[in-house]
Amino acid sequence: MSTQSTAANPSVSDEVMIQMVGVNKWYGQFHVLKDIDLTVNTGERIVVCGPSGSGKSTMIRCINRLEEHQKGKIVVDGIELTHDLKHIEKIRREVGMVFQHFNLFPHLTVLENLTLSPIWVKKVPKREAEEVAMHFLERVKIPEQAAKYPGQLSGGQQQRVAIARSLCMNPKVMLFDEPTSALDPEMIKEVLDVMIGLAESGMTMICVTHEMGFARTVANRVIFMDRGEIIEQNEPEEFFNNPTSERTRLFLSQILHH
Amino acid sequence: MAMAQGTPENGVANGHSHHHVAFWRDERKRGLAAQLVVILAILAFGWYLIANLLANQERLGIPLGLDFLENVAGFQLSFAVLPVTLESPIGRLLVVGGLNTLVAAFFSAIIATFVGLLIGIMRLSHNWLISRIAATYIEIIRNIPLLLQLVFWYGGVLVTLPRPRDSLSAFDLVYLNIKGLFMPRPVPEPGAGIVLIAFVAAIGIAIGVARWARQRQMATGQQFATVPVNFAIVIGLPTFAYLLLGRPIAWDVPQPGAFNFTGGVTILPEMTALIIGLGLSTAAYVAEIVRSGINSVSHGQTEAALALGLKPRWCMRLVILPQALRVMIPPMISQYLNVVKNSTLAGFIGYPDLFSIIGTSQNQTGRAVECVMILMLFYLSVSLIISVIMNWYNKRVMLVER
Repeated sequence: MSTQSTAANPSVSDEVMIQMVGVNKWYGQFHVLKDIDLTVNTGERIVVCGPSGSGKSTMIRCINRLEEHQKGKIVVDGIELTHDLKHIEKIRREVGMVFQHFNLFPHLTVLENLTLSPIWVKKVPKREAEEVAMHFLERVKIPEQAAKYPGQLSGGQQQRVAIARSLCMNPKVMLFDEPTSALDPEMIKEVLDVMIGLAESGMTMICVTHEMGFARTVANRVIFMDRGEIIEQNEPEEFFNNPTSERTRLFLSQILHH
Repeated sequence: MAMAQGTPENGVANGHSHHHVAFWRDERKRGLAAQLVVILAILAFGWYLIANLLANQERLGIPLGLDFLENVAGFQLSFAVLPVTLESPIGRLLVVGGLNTLVAAFFSAIIATFVGLLIGIMRLSHNWLISRIAATYIEIIRNIPLLLQLVFWYGGVLVTLPRPRDSLSAFDLVYLNIKGLFMPRPVPEPGAGIVLIAFVAAIGIAIGVARWARQRQMATGQQFATVPVNFAIVIGLPTFAYLLLGRPIAWDVPQPGAFNFTGGVTILPEMTALIIGLGLSTAAYVAEIVRSGINSVSHGQTEAALALGLKPRWCMRLVILPQALRVMIPPMISQYLNVVKNSTLAGFIGYPDLFSIIGTSQNQTGRAVECVMILMLFYLSVSLIISVIMNWYNKRVMLVER
């Protein structure tokens, strides 16, 4: 898997999609994010790793305002994230997110999960929304589950539905918050395959994950975070073979040789 | 393995071994015996009670029967849904009492539902002040006995209202004083039916508009301001008909009399106190049910809905509430039952509900057994009817889930 690292990588543009400048966040006294500077170009695929509690999830959750940052600047596709609700709405429309625990709506069928937001937010006719939904269900290879409820699906299937649900909004960026951490080992691959396919199509992605094989295959850049700071970032090959910081080396030795 | 192969007849013997177990070791026979014992105990206790009752009635010379319901009651009610006089039979007073109870419970339940919903949502607010106000309300109400609250409303709040001659008045149409709330009463004249028809038609049109808006959204994606438009239709159409037909409804406006107002509709302070007290008290419990229902939906659901770009109010309506409702309905059934049962406190503040009327009837006739039976039968059947309706609704909501 590690040898074909560049084979799946489409080109990255110079256009900036996400810019974070000096972003800080506190939970009471606890300093979760410390001066985060991060620029993500259109088409870039970024993997964020680090020990638990290092602020990885909090960082990406700040991008679509599921968490509020207290200092610094975040710009997504030219829209600055402020207290302006219109801006927050616009950004959420362009940023898709996949969660560790899927968070599908249990009272709606798979198809209804996929069409809810297109119908209400994008004001798309139901039939059209359903066509788009079926297209993405085929892309994640479970069109036959459209009429079922989330509770009737396996974890891997649920996560693929969650990815399809985000894609139905036609986002410019996809955020993944540990998408495979809650899955049984045999289901991780089916979800990663979908994510690899998405990367190949040129989607801008930021992915918090410990799947280092995935990082080597699709990432342009791997970011290591610890205690709220970005410690190191590099291309996957360099990152895994020649980590510069002692903390990165320690972390990698812990997750790669267990 | 070797043993199993070697002794096949052992396995067969084991398979039928329960034939040989002593009956006190057989779990099915023991279960049956236990049930038999319980049933016999209940029958024996029931027989003791009935025999005791019959013996005592015999000894005191009181017959059992419902014939006393036809006797003239000879006492007046301060409030009655249907007209009663001093000559009305006891049976009619009991019917009126039942209706009085139902009317008070109905309005209390409506107040409890809406105020409870409001307080419950306030309790969840991120605004510190709003959330604390709601919490304080809930804690105060839950920790004071209901009877005390009713007495507070009746004897503490409503007695501070002015005497009839100093009545508070709104536009000289509505008057409020210590003797009650006096409102104009509509008196239909020729053509009034058409206004009523216009009102019913407006509701029909509003339902049609809602359905049409839904279908259009599904077909084209366009949304429609259903709520304000329907509000305008339901208010506007009957008003238009009323004006067009030359105001075919006259209003019987309360007139100041020598001691009090005459004409119009009167709502007695006893009734107001009961409805407000019972409604606001139950609202505190309803608020907690609403809060726990909404809290029971994981925060991940809200996050997922927001991340998809849904506005917070859509998130509440389309994602959170449908899931919260499932959790809220069973405890809500209990609260509605509580409203009906707690309305028996009405007698303490002078509202003639079934419980207090039966108390008087029993005093006058000495028919304690029949009166208690009627009471039990009434509250049992009202409670069961509410249960059946709410459980039916609960099943419908559950079906949405799966």
